[in-house]
Amino acid sequence: MDIFLQQLVNGLTLGSIYALVALGYTMVYGILGLINFAHGEVVMIGALVALAVMKLLAASGLPLPLIFLIALIVAAMACMVLGFSIERIAYRPLRNAPRLAPLITAIGVSIVLQQLAMMIWGRSYHAVPSLLPAESYEVLGAQITQLQLIILLVAALTMTGLILLVNRTRLGRAMRATAENPAIAGLMGVDANRIIAMTFMIGSALGALAGVLVSANYGIAHYNMGFMLGLKAFTAAVLGGIGNLGGAMLGGVLLGVIEALGAGYIGDLTGGVLGSHYQDVFAFFVLIVVLVFRPSGLMGEKVSERA
Amino acid sequence: MTSLRTKPHLGLALIALALALLPFVVSATLGNAWLRILDFALIYIMLALGLNIVVGFAGLLDLGYIAFYAVGAYLYALLASPHFGLHWPVWAILPLGALVAGVFGVLLGAPTLRLRGDYLAIVTLGFGEIVRIFMNNLNAPINITNGPKGIARIDPITIAGHPLSKSLDVFGFTVPGLALYYYLFLVLAILIIVVGIRLQDSRIGRAWVAIREDEIAAKACGIDTRNVKLLAFAMGASFGGVAGGLFAGFQEFVSPESFGLMESVMVLCMVVLGGMGHIPGVILGGLLLAVLPEAFRHGAAPLQQALFGKTLIDPENLRMLLFGLALILVMLYKPAGLWPEPRHRAELKKS
Amino acid sequence: MTVLLEAHGIGKRFGGVQALKDVSLTIREGEIYGLIGPNGAGKTTFFNVLTGLYPRDEGEITFAGQPLALGSPHRVTRAGIARTFQNIRLFANMTALENVMVGRHARTKVDVGGAVFRTRAQRTEEAAIKRRAEELLHYVGIADRANDMAKNLSYGDQRRLEIARALATEPKLLALDEPAAGMNATETASLRTLIAGLRDDGLTVLLIEHDVKLVMGLCDRVAVLDYGQKIIEDIPATVRADPRVIEAYLGTGAA
Repeated sequence: MDIFLQQLVNGLTLGSIYALVALGYTMVYGILGLINFAHGEVVMIGALVALAVMKLLAASGLPLPLIFLIALIVAAMACMVLGFSIERIAYRPLRNAPRLAPLITAIGVSIVLQQLAMMIWGRSYHAVPSLLPAESYEVLGAQITQLQLIILLVAALTMTGLILLVNRTRLGRAMRATAENPAIAGLMGVDANRIIAMTFMIGSALGALAGVLVSANYGIAHYNMGFMLGLKAFTAAVLGGIGNLGGAMLGGVLLGVIEALGAGYIGDLTGGVLGSHYQDVFAFFVLIVVLVFRPSGLMGEKVSERA
Repeated sequence: MTSLRTKPHLGLALIALALALLPFVVSATLGNAWLRILDFALIYIMLALGLNIVVGFAGLLDLGYIAFYAVGAYLYALLASPHFGLHWPVWAILPLGALVAGVFGVLLGAPTLRLRGDYLAIVTLGFGEIVRIFMNNLNAPINITNGPKGIARIDPITIAGHPLSKSLDVFGFTVPGLALYYYLFLVLAILIIVVGIRLQDSRIGRAWVAIREDEIAAKACGIDTRNVKLLAFAMGASFGGVAGGLFAGFQEFVSPESFGLMESVMVLCMVVLGGMGHIPGVILGGLLLAVLPEAFRHGAAPLQQALFGKTLIDPENLRMLLFGLALILVMLYKPAGLWPEPRHRAELKKS
Repeated sequence: MTVLLEAHGIGKRFGGVQALKDVSLTIREGEIYGLIGPNGAGKTTFFNVLTGLYPRDEGEITFAGQPLALGSPHRVTRAGIARTFQNIRLFANMTALENVMVGRHARTKVDVGGAVFRTRAQRTEEAAIKRRAEELLHYVGIADRANDMAKNLSYGDQRRLEIARALATEPKLLALDEPAAGMNATETASLRTLIAGLRDDGLTVLLIEHDVKLVMGLCDRVAVLDYGQKIIEDIPATVRADPRVIEAYLGTGAA
């Protein structure tokens, strides 16, 4: 039982990070119908920028939480600029191009960002300083660390903020209108290009936050950390129903939990034939099963073929 | 009239002669490393032609194509190496590899082909990763794939009792092993090209393109779209399986590292950069992407030395950086690829 | 006259909306049968149910004496019902000739093996496909556009090409979904000649049309749909005079 709870806690923590990244994918997909393949790399850049800022300010004598906050803000701003540029350079000129063209530029951007990160930060793993004492609380037999608590809290707050933004503000209304029908939204006076740029920037800021949280969670940052994370987050977005914000959150959390529980129990379930190193298989296995039986995702609307 | 009829033959003869002499020219001028790259380029071209059936003709975005290549390669490795002590001949393994990869294609395709384009891309991507993860981990409890260490000491491809890894004396003239492989791959690549062209000009090929253009209209034309798509998947996969077998025999070593998502992306880029659905374009794409990055790998360090007196950027780094930039630039300025079908090019100019 | 198609009690629901309710109609061999009705009356829905694009919720369809299977549009085509689409669906990046050649798919059979080895059977069949496609382009009057991309044809020619492609499937029943939509008077007139010619050549035609004048002048019998229900099925003269039809089109204001 305590293994179950422990894995549940770990899964929820990881899942809330997946959810933050998944939001970036799903927002862009909702508006442009485009898989922003480079989003995982934006997350990676966010983590590494934040780390660089923290190292720079380490000797300044400022209080730790303040350093952390400054690092987070700088990383978020860097990623917003990055997200804006990516959309401007690699996607906007291709709005009306063949469907595969923006996918290829996205892959190109992804490669370029990875290589740039490798040139700046090298190939080695960077240890992320722990800002919090390794204290943990016991809840029903499961250990939950302060860090995990903070990750869960920050993720929940951010997502609530995003939902309020999308549902309660002018900008949010314009975003929903553009996602529904860009041409009509344009006729109603919505500047679609501006909205799309804003969407990329918000998604990238969420990505930066996720990057900081995930590197804190694992204690390392690396030029190659964005790829698998991005892939899983995309899976989470599809799982929840791509284009749907609530779906991305649900999908992310669910995927994290499935992965953690799967890794915890696969050995027992298969009599030791398969071990926890199959953890990464779960994400894709879940994805395939969901898409086959419920192609629109858990919370997606059913899309019928038009005649 | 007669000149028109003889000229293409003359042209073909010249091309054949050039292709026959190419390995000697390359190894004499650029060295054996480049002959090896040329061999790899031919394997990539076969892969790209296989993926072209799926993506270019039928319009199905497959991001896990490399999995079929992996299946072919591992099949060869398991059936012709000391790992299981099996040493099957190549002519038995390659058709089997095509068959097994084709079956994998159907297994993947059957449940997923009714999905919309982007979803299909992600499912195939996931499938590719699953195959790779299994290869990484199927060394316990029974050692099938030897895990991340891979399978070494694979038998070289042997034809008429002669392993192609060794040079062959023909009338006192020594043909190096790398050139022998070149000829084998060239013959097979031409075979695959011919198959590709014939499929394209057939009832099946038209059905693929019809599905790519408008699936509902294709159904209304009486095309069983599910089966025809599955056929595209299976054909593409079997090409990949053959290429994989050749890769294993040529390299004499396979490990999961060779079959990552980056490889799938590479092959997809060959198809898209070259010109989706256009066989000459895809061949060009395969050749360019197989050769140019290598040229940078070999040329970047000396060039930087000459220009700046030291190596500023790691050549491997630079190679990938330029690859990424090239993808972006080509798509921005030539979204239909470098050498698209002539009629498509006319379309793009107009719009 | 023999009955070619008999639809009985067809019902179709989209969520809470009853798009078709208990629609029954009979199409006889060799006639042009018109299906009209105001916007949103369920004409295209009936069409999509008939051709297998939408599964039907209720009802039976018998075609040429055989029950028509549910779903799978390609089986419907093979059974002998070909269709065109209201918003033309051609294979845009294929030539006109290739479009019609695709239409031969259901009536030809050489597979991958035949294509790869270019067997004698394949070459014979391929030549026959091409010949038939050329004949059909000629029949609908666009033989001179054979090698043009479908998307470069004029609107009227695209409609004709779609009909040629449908004819290539050797249908017993040709179902046309608003073929005159968006056409000018000249184009409509020549389309009318084409459709009348199809009937004279022995084909049965189901015509959905907005243009009431075209339908009344061309059809042997007409059915009217309103709010998903058939309100009348008769010869044009009777239909035209029926008060329910006039009400459906003009509305009473009191309803």
